[in-house]
Amino acid sequence: MMYDWLYNLTGSEILSMFVVSLLPLFVFILPFALFAVLMERKVSAHMQDRLGPMRVGYHGILQTIADIIKLLQKEDLVPTATDKTLFNFAPLLVFMGSYAAFAAIPFSGFFIGSKIDLGIIFIVGVTGLVVAGILMAGWASNNKYSLLGAMRAAAQIISYEIPTLLIILTVIMVTGTLSLYDLSEMQTPYFWNWLILGGPAIGLEKVLLIPFMIMGCLIIYTSTLAEVNRTPFDIPEAESELVSGYHTEYSGMKFAMFFLAEYANMFAVSAIVAVLFFGGYQSPFGYLGNTLNLPWLIPIEQFFWFTSKGLFFVFVQMWLRWTLPRFRVDQLMAFCWKYLIPFSFVILLLVGLITLI
Amino acid sequence: MALKTEEMVLNMGPQHPSTHGVLRLELQIDGEIIIDVIPHIGYLHRCFEKHAEAMTYPQIIPYTDRMDYLASMYNEFGYALAMERLMKIEVPERVEYIRVIMGELQRIASHLVALGTYGADIGAFTPFLFCFRDRERILHLFEITCGARLLYNYIWIGGLSHDLHPDFIRLTKEFIKDFRPNVKELNDLLSYNRIFIERTANVGVLPIDTAINYGVSGPNLRASGMKWDLRRDDPYSVYHKFDYEIPVGSGEKGKTGDCWDRYFIRVREMEESLKIIEQAIEQIPEGDVKSAIPKRVKPPEGQIYTRVENPRGELGYFIISDGSLNPSRVKVRAPSFVTMQIFPELCKGFMVADVVAILGSVDIVLGEIDR
Amino acid sequence: MKDYIVNFWQGLFTILIGMKVTFKHLFVPAVTIQYPSVKPQLPERERNRLYVNMDDCIGCDQCARACPVNCIEIETVKSVPGDDLGTTSNGKKKALWVTTFNIDFAKCCYCQLCVFPCPTECIYMTDVYEFSEFSRENLLYDFVTLLPEERIQKKKNFEEMQAKKEAEKAEAAKKAAEAKVAAQKEKPEVKPNDTSSENKEENK
Repeated sequence: MMYDWLYNLTGSEILSMFVVSLLPLFVFILPFALFAVLMERKVSAHMQDRLGPMRVGYHGILQTIADIIKLLQKEDLVPTATDKTLFNFAPLLVFMGSYAAFAAIPFSGFFIGSKIDLGIIFIVGVTGLVVAGILMAGWASNNKYSLLGAMRAAAQIISYEIPTLLIILTVIMVTGTLSLYDLSEMQTPYFWNWLILGGPAIGLEKVLLIPFMIMGCLIIYTSTLAEVNRTPFDIPEAESELVSGYHTEYSGMKFAMFFLAEYANMFAVSAIVAVLFFGGYQSPFGYLGNTLNLPWLIPIEQFFWFTSKGLFFVFVQMWLRWTLPRFRVDQLMAFCWKYLIPFSFVILLLVGLITLI
Repeated sequence: MALKTEEMVLNMGPQHPSTHGVLRLELQIDGEIIIDVIPHIGYLHRCFEKHAEAMTYPQIIPYTDRMDYLASMYNEFGYALAMERLMKIEVPERVEYIRVIMGELQRIASHLVALGTYGADIGAFTPFLFCFRDRERILHLFEITCGARLLYNYIWIGGLSHDLHPDFIRLTKEFIKDFRPNVKELNDLLSYNRIFIERTANVGVLPIDTAINYGVSGPNLRASGMKWDLRRDDPYSVYHKFDYEIPVGSGEKGKTGDCWDRYFIRVREMEESLKIIEQAIEQIPEGDVKSAIPKRVKPPEGQIYTRVENPRGELGYFIISDGSLNPSRVKVRAPSFVTMQIFPELCKGFMVADVVAILGSVDIVLGEIDR
Repeated sequence: MKDYIVNFWQGLFTILIGMKVTFKHLFVPAVTIQYPSVKPQLPERERNRLYVNMDDCIGCDQCARACPVNCIEIETVKSVPGDDLGTTSNGKKKALWVTTFNIDFAKCCYCQLCVFPCPTECIYMTDVYEFSEFSRENLLYDFVTLLPEERIQKKKNFEEMQAKKEAEKAEAAKKAAEAKVAAQKEKPEVKPNDTSSENKEENK
């Protein structure tokens, strides 16, 4: 493991823990967020028969860097009638909530931020901090519409956590472990052993599980889409009707934090779906390192596969955003409580019965 | 003890995220439900009617363009028709056919804007760009004929300013061929999408007797179930020579006269316009488009009211002439103005989020309302 | 219950169809061009900035009268006999000096109504559409090719000629009046009428 390797190298616990926890942030999330903003603009442009940013750098590659520089040099406005402590703290809370989830996600067989036994429950708990952050942002803005937007966002996120949890419970019932690292190790590097196709066990149980696993994957993908506030569930953040959203009053770096937190969150939930159902960092066809007898190649390959799966799901999220119109608030809630939750309960029940076989 | 609630007044100010012009809506709401909507107009008033009294008749045509800027050909068409009936001028047949072709192309362009911006209001950003891509081709057709993309000054009293460009017919045929599959694509992407249907069906229902009582016309009236189209019921120009259908709302996805019906009527009207254009291109005769244009437009004393079928409804021109070179009074009956009257009726009882959906489906243009 | 399942199935199905449409469009080449580096070829009838060829302008004022926004300002001065203004390209002889021909492009609505009435086709629309300025006064274009001194000169010429003509006319009138008085004096005295003698006294 990365932590053990660093400990052997340096001999100090604190230093190795420091490096291990900061590594995902600087090496992965920030570059990924920069890349994701550009990818969203380019993907949306090509879907709409146009070209997107083309001027900054070759075909617009450096566009996000220009955007970040612009956001950094903006004046940091704090309206006088707001609650300043809450106002300043809210973006930090949102960012922390999204980012802390990366501690328990296995990026490859070699690197995991913290090999905690409670893996998935830790992630769900920590992303709940985002709700608190949003409510603080809406309240502290001292703006009627921000408050309305923040309350709707909070209601949306809390409602959609329920189907997420139910499907996670289903997967846990099938596999018997909470830790994401063990979950990935269990889904061996051949795609027929992945959980979406029934899991590593052989037999009748595997075949029976397949339709439920597929349904479960769809349900969790949809409800995590709502957690991240992406279209079709983007009531809180779209320039919708008259409610301008909970982050209107923010400018400069604080807005950049909300922005980055959204893209980090997008990747986090794509990673969770990939780990739960699609084998995490395992490659679908076996490892090149094994065939060529180069054992150090394997973690690199695993990292590559993990990133590609995450990017693919992020791409599907963007694809959905540019195809579908928005839900109205009451329809959003009806969709969750009347469709997703009954289906998740039924799946939980039936999968539980199947595992008894 | 019951909870005490109060009505709140919310202002959807003159600057909208959804572009329909500068309109101010004062919403009186109780929680989420709307009790009353008071529209405030006049932010785009440019004194067209008063200004027209100071200009000569041909000089008024660029000003009529600018009233309903998304359907300029039809504004000019109505005015030219009114003046020709007043002065009893017979225009050559070629002029009539070209006017019909331009009018129907303009109808398609105007409906594309309406559909695209409606999708963008509801949250689907991609159909907006697809509609505008198709609209660019129509504007290119207009550009090669008269030199401008949006405000044409093309249909003059007694004729046209330029004859058709030699490439026009070929390019129009290509456009028609490319446009039919695009309409099907728009239907796949937006019209039959379940989320879109949820947003628009059963919202803002306009019962047919209310519509007739208020004087609503055009696609809004046809969506409520009444088959009334001025091209068939009060024919002008050469519309009686073509074979086309009048689409009527039928409550396919909800009640008759809801937002989805109004939206889908426009999609079907675009297809019917394509049929008219094809037939007109086949039948167009030769001729000189400038032969009937009078040297000085000096109509006899009298007054006249003429109405044409704008993409938004019945556009009427009432002109009083006192025998001199300037009109004594030009009054325009704008269809969007009448539709604004009915807007509060449509919104009562629905949620705030539906106001945007209803406003988009009624398709108003502030230039026409305020003149 | 059946509605429920149908709803759900329809929802999923139409979303997938929509996604297929958008995915296909990923591979369609873009319909936009990168404007300042690539400029589109505008059609020949395109209505852009006007241009006036002053050699052909005869100062008839038709374009200024046709303009709906009164953005053309024309002032002409009659030419003094002996001035040679030349001919226009279709053979008309010019008779007026055009001392002011201003078009205010901030007001112009690019409607082309001024192009049609011109008898010599000297005002027409070019293909220039990128002529924005930083201050509004720079959009007032002056097309006259005479220098300011020349314009003042032409005006003065005309006024002098006018004055001379007035003087000559006054002279001629006075001479005619004197001749008439002289003629009256030579004629035999007419039987005095009360009114006629009063008139004679007034004429003196």
